[in-house]
Amino acid sequence: MTSLTSLTLKGALDGLDAGAFTSVELTKAHIEAVEAARGLNAFLVETPEQALSMAAASDARRALGAARPLDGVPLGIKDLFCTQGVPTTAASKILKPFVPHYESTVTSRLWRDGAVMLGKLNLDEFAMGSSNETSAYGPVVNPWRKAGSNQALTPGGSSGGSAAAVAADLCLGATATDTGGSIRQPASFTGTVGIKPTYGRCSRWGTVAFASSLDQAGPIAKTVEDAAILLTSMSGHDPKDSTSLDVPVPDFAAFVGRSVRGLRIGVPEEYRVDGMPAEIQKLWDDGVAWLKDAGCEIVEISLPHTKYALPAYYIVAPAEASSNLARYDGMRYGLRAEGSNLTEVYENTRAQGFGDEVKRRILIGTYVLSAGYYDAYYLKALKVRRRIAEDFDNAWEKVDAILTPTAPSAAFGLGENSNDPIAMYLNDVFTVTTNLAGLPGLSLPAGLDASGLPLGLQIIGKPLDEGTVFSVAGAIEKAAGFKARADKWW
Amino acid sequence: MAIDAATVRKVARLARIAEPEERIEALAQELNGIMTWIEQLAEVDTDGVEPLTSVVHAGLPLRDDVVTMGGDAELVTSNAPKSANGFFVVPKVVE
Repeated sequence: MTSLTSLTLKGALDGLDAGAFTSVELTKAHIEAVEAARGLNAFLVETPEQALSMAAASDARRALGAARPLDGVPLGIKDLFCTQGVPTTAASKILKPFVPHYESTVTSRLWRDGAVMLGKLNLDEFAMGSSNETSAYGPVVNPWRKAGSNQALTPGGSSGGSAAAVAADLCLGATATDTGGSIRQPASFTGTVGIKPTYGRCSRWGTVAFASSLDQAGPIAKTVEDAAILLTSMSGHDPKDSTSLDVPVPDFAAFVGRSVRGLRIGVPEEYRVDGMPAEIQKLWDDGVAWLKDAGCEIVEISLPHTKYALPAYYIVAPAEASSNLARYDGMRYGLRAEGSNLTEVYENTRAQGFGDEVKRRILIGTYVLSAGYYDAYYLKALKVRRRIAEDFDNAWEKVDAILTPTAPSAAFGLGENSNDPIAMYLNDVFTVTTNLAGLPGLSLPAGLDASGLPLGLQIIGKPLDEGTVFSVAGAIEKAAGFKARADKWW
Repeated sequence: MAIDAATVRKVARLARIAEPEERIEALAQELNGIMTWIEQLAEVDTDGVEPLTSVVHAGLPLRDDVVTMGGDAELVTSNAPKSANGFFVVPKVVE
């Protein structure tokens, strides 16, 4: 049944429509693939029985001519989305055990549209990390390897399980979240497509919170069109999230394949960072050439505050995280450690339940919000954040979208960067700006490096203009003709 | 501005995370490294710049002040480490 798992999501929907196979057959093929790929550590929870019952219900709907937009396609769910009756861990020991009695808005929309849940996907603990190594359940292994090497590589993070599962054909698409690059960097590292939409497109309700002003859900998929189909289902206003935008959701897939002739594409000089591999510069140049050939006008632009985005992020995100994660107190859910008084119970619970990176960020967040430092750090970072957003506002006067590399490197070895927090943080240097400004950003695979690893390009769009982002991504996807797949070794 | 051992102990206490004494020095160094890197924000001229707290330009929506859900004490307490009769059971709070 290998052929069923190698389909795209659109291809699977077409096959289901044509009666070439059933959702139960499609789902069984994916369940077998998931079971055979446990060495990747991509799934934290497998839900094969639930998947098969959802698939059977889907087949019944289709038989009645009542198929929905995603009817019968098996998906993986990042274990940051609460799923009713299915354990949700955020890859943290502090949420062990936690079984939500409600469903996140994003996943409930996918089920409303007929999708099938295969299980819950591994991630960095509370989505804090760029390599999946902060997961309390061990890192996900990238299906991709360097040519002639069996070194285990990171799939990136925090949505490493989502990216690896899609790259390894374990599911037809996956949900993911992005606070500083957690959809786009793993997509770049695994040869998959990932989009973080405009802040407010997807409801945050029922998604475990990391940094509320930055967190956005989005899909990771095999193609630009698949990502567009999934995002259409995931998006939409939700009264349960006060920052959810009450705006119409276009059919994003309709934008894929549209002409990009006449679009003005910005190339920001500040993204040419020191030490960037020549291959990434070359890929970026290729992207520019492809878009020029497609009729775009290329415009050199300046985003002068780019280098301050990461330091600002490492104040804003930890500050919000320290506040959000205060809820893990051992009283209402999850782990409770013993102690001789209430404060000790809190302190021991959090010491035992959180991993080192989560503790580090809570401590930084607590520090920058503490008396005497609030103005110097937190308020300063929010002012710099506005400078970064203004850089983009100025750019939109000259361009319709911006093209950059997604990440400053290809996938690196597990363990290679784990002793240097700042080196790890620099993975997000090209992605974090859009989180701070609330803009949509998409990564798609566009080439391979010399060792055969995928590299991604990023397209940044205006607020709520995911449509143009999908059109530009579609043009690059067509021109790049990226067809490489990870050789199956697992 | 440097973070010393006393600051780490204070912040860890504020964050309610027990940090063993032998970890304090190493943590101080780690946090110092990160905060030193963050110091470059001082280079940015932010005079007269309004802090950006939210990228959503609309005001916060209001809804009618009515009960929309509730009455599910058993469900709400179902994940609690300790619960009884629809209540959370917590350590003694008042000495």
